[in-house]
Amino acid sequence: MKPMGILLNALCFMLFATTVFAGETLMMATTTSTDDTGLLNALAPVFAKDTGIELKWTATGTGKALKLGENCDVDVLLVHAPEVEKTFVGNGFGINRKEVMYNDFVIIGPASDTAKIKGKSVMTAFEKIRGAGASFASRGDKSGTHTIELDLWKKTGKPLPEKESWYIQTGQGMLQTIGMAAERKAYTLTDRGTYIKYESDHKGHPPLVILVEGDDVLKNQYSVIEVSGKHCPNVKSALAKSFSDWMVSARTQKLIGDFKLLGKPLFTPNAGK
Amino acid sequence: MDFIVGGIVKAFHLLLAGDQETYSAVKATIYVSSLSMLASLVLGIPSGFALGYFSFPGKKALRMVVDTLMALPTVFIGLVVYALISSRGPLGSLGILFSLPGIALGQAILALPVVAALSAMSVESLDSRIRHTLMSFGVSRTRLFFTTIREVRFGLLIAALNAYGRVTTEVGISMMVGGNIKWHTRTITTAIALETGKGMFDTGIALGLILLMIAFAVNLSLSFLRKYE
Repeated sequence: MKPMGILLNALCFMLFATTVFAGETLMMATTTSTDDTGLLNALAPVFAKDTGIELKWTATGTGKALKLGENCDVDVLLVHAPEVEKTFVGNGFGINRKEVMYNDFVIIGPASDTAKIKGKSVMTAFEKIRGAGASFASRGDKSGTHTIELDLWKKTGKPLPEKESWYIQTGQGMLQTIGMAAERKAYTLTDRGTYIKYESDHKGHPPLVILVEGDDVLKNQYSVIEVSGKHCPNVKSALAKSFSDWMVSARTQKLIGDFKLLGKPLFTPNAGK
Repeated sequence: MDFIVGGIVKAFHLLLAGDQETYSAVKATIYVSSLSMLASLVLGIPSGFALGYFSFPGKKALRMVVDTLMALPTVFIGLVVYALISSRGPLGSLGILFSLPGIALGQAILALPVVAALSAMSVESLDSRIRHTLMSFGVSRTRLFFTTIREVRFGLLIAALNAYGRVTTEVGISMMVGGNIKWHTRTITTAIALETGKGMFDTGIALGLILLMIAFAVNLSLSFLRKYE
């Protein structure tokens, strides 16, 4: 293993010496929703123009994103699972958690709505889905969305439907999970941003529609966290801080609010509120 | 199922229109596969040849180990390589996580047992009568060695092509070690995974066809190599 690593490294020095070390780059781990919706593709070029820093990101579930931070492999995080994030910061892995924007979760499902959940509260909807044994697709991947879904099941006061045959754990990203739910005519919980993206992919006529929305428990808060320089001496703390500051600046907040698909805003900026 | 036809049309469109994202993924794929193939051939052919040519105690057991390693799952290699080159891992100081050389390291680990095992196999399957005949002609040990190399050259080519097939098609290592970063570590296979995840099935099919075209080009050039030898 070791000689091979050295050989490869030597090769990469020869071939890539010029490109690898040119310019400053900031490595971020984020959730699938910020990438799938195209928000980061819109923000990154502006960030590069403003600061000269190139933003690179890897999009995964919030669980893996936090793990990458804990292992010092990324400099900054953009994630959405407030409780888990607070533990992360509490453990000394991250600093300066700043709330940046939110969207909300919605329960979507086939228009036929066999479990009759349309317009109900989240708790009632979950009870009805369980009662009817209607298919429900869960991310099942420790992502921010999954964490919140589990919380909601817990709040119904009954055990998690972990082993029920109608409970499908996809283990995949949000858009993929919506796609699977559509194939199985299942309900699922999604952030509104990803849903609007899905709607726009289907030219505004998606097979799954929003059935439950607007409940207070469905708020989906995104935050930026800098990976702690104390925990990880090798992280680019200064660059991470400039990104974090840039995200909460008035101009970027406006950019986020103006980011639309099908004429609908996907995220609501709320830094410092 | 119109996305299959749509994908075929799109493949040509992406290539001919010079779509930058596609070409970036094509470049990344060619770069990592070349690097990993180079490393695995340089290390794998001599060791595979030695494994098949010489007899030594424990040879059978070693062969068994190498053969078994041919079945290494790519996501598992991805995870192990991540653990090694993560900044808190033993090779963290190399700084090759989320980079193309990082992916190439994982792919080299994937390809090495394939190259070594198939090289060893082709040496072993060489008719032993050739060896005996040559020896009865009184050729020197050195001559015998080089004759064997000449005789197994097609076997080595097959070993290389097999390894190349596994390297260009894997997605587990590229995803875990490379991170699927746009313009940097997004290879054709991770791009397919992403587009499929986004529900863009036609783009996924198009990228799959482009990958096949690259494989075809590689095989085509090797077939000329074979003809003119």
